[in-house]
Amino acid sequence: MSFNKSLLIPLVVFVVLCGFLALGFRLKDPHLLPSALIDKPFPEFELLDLHDAETIRSRADLVGQISLVNVWGTWCPNCIVEHPELMRISREENIPIFGVNYNDITDKAIAWLERREDPYQFSIVDDEGTLAIDLGVYGAPETFVLDSDGIIRFRYVGPVTHAVWESEISPVVNFLSENPDA
Amino acid sequence: MLRFSVFLTWLVASSSFATIDAYPFPNEHLEKRYDDLIAELRCPQCLNTNLAGSDAMIAQDLRREVHRMLLDGKADDEILDFMYERYGDFILYQPRVGASTFLLWFGPVILGLIAAFIWWRIARQGNEPVVMSRDDQKRLQELLQESERQEDLR
Repeated sequence: MSFNKSLLIPLVVFVVLCGFLALGFRLKDPHLLPSALIDKPFPEFELLDLHDAETIRSRADLVGQISLVNVWGTWCPNCIVEHPELMRISREENIPIFGVNYNDITDKAIAWLERREDPYQFSIVDDEGTLAIDLGVYGAPETFVLDSDGIIRFRYVGPVTHAVWESEISPVVNFLSENPDA
Repeated sequence: MLRFSVFLTWLVASSSFATIDAYPFPNEHLEKRYDDLIAELRCPQCLNTNLAGSDAMIAQDLRREVHRMLLDGKADDEILDFMYERYGDFILYQPRVGASTFLLWFGPVILGLIAAFIWWRIARQGNEPVVMSRDDQKRLQELLQESERQEDLR
């Protein structure tokens, strides 16, 4: 009796389906959007300094060294979660953190930082969220790693815990400081 | 009863509050374009809601940007490009054709072509004349004769 090859069709279909399902399980959280800005320059902006309404901050203030840019707001619960780690980074790691105070009320933001300590070199007032939109931000906290030329090299969505620093952000920072021309 | 009807009125009214941040437009044409754009753009915070239907903070900000750009005289394509540059494929409900969206756009066509090919193969097989070996023909003849003989006996 000859073997009927068409009997194999259901098996093949099943295996292909399993392949797609396995792929589906491997996908990351669908809430995490890939950033369209990786390897693009940090957007230009002119916004006020949170602590000094006379000073206008711009992109030039962020450039010159590897840095973190952290988007935060007093309305954002996860910003409280990541605050201790940001404080630790600002004390122990050799990297400046710049804050983008996103869709917030300036007085509240200043009080928030006074109550909890300020991990930022300075914070930028983005009360209309225009810089956040230019950054492709869709929530807070979000953290960007900039190289010394002000190019966005990495973006992390969600609270920066110590584990996240160790496994996601610190490797990028180390790579950039060891390969300044990469 | 009065309380209840007040409650009902509130219920009906509050459901229509959802996302009304009425922006003024100089003409209906611009307003129509605004409505179309915020229906086509997906809220980045939400998995499956457009800007028109979302109360998320980012959706409100993006609606404000769309409104601002329309009043600045920007074309629809420019506005969609603006969003695409910042939020990538996710923000467009009708994703652009590219390497990562190739399967999405042409997968169904490719599957259709495969199906058509299989259908064509099967149809062709069905039309081929049945060729019998000489032994089979002989056996068929015998069977037919046998059944005729039995008919005659009856």
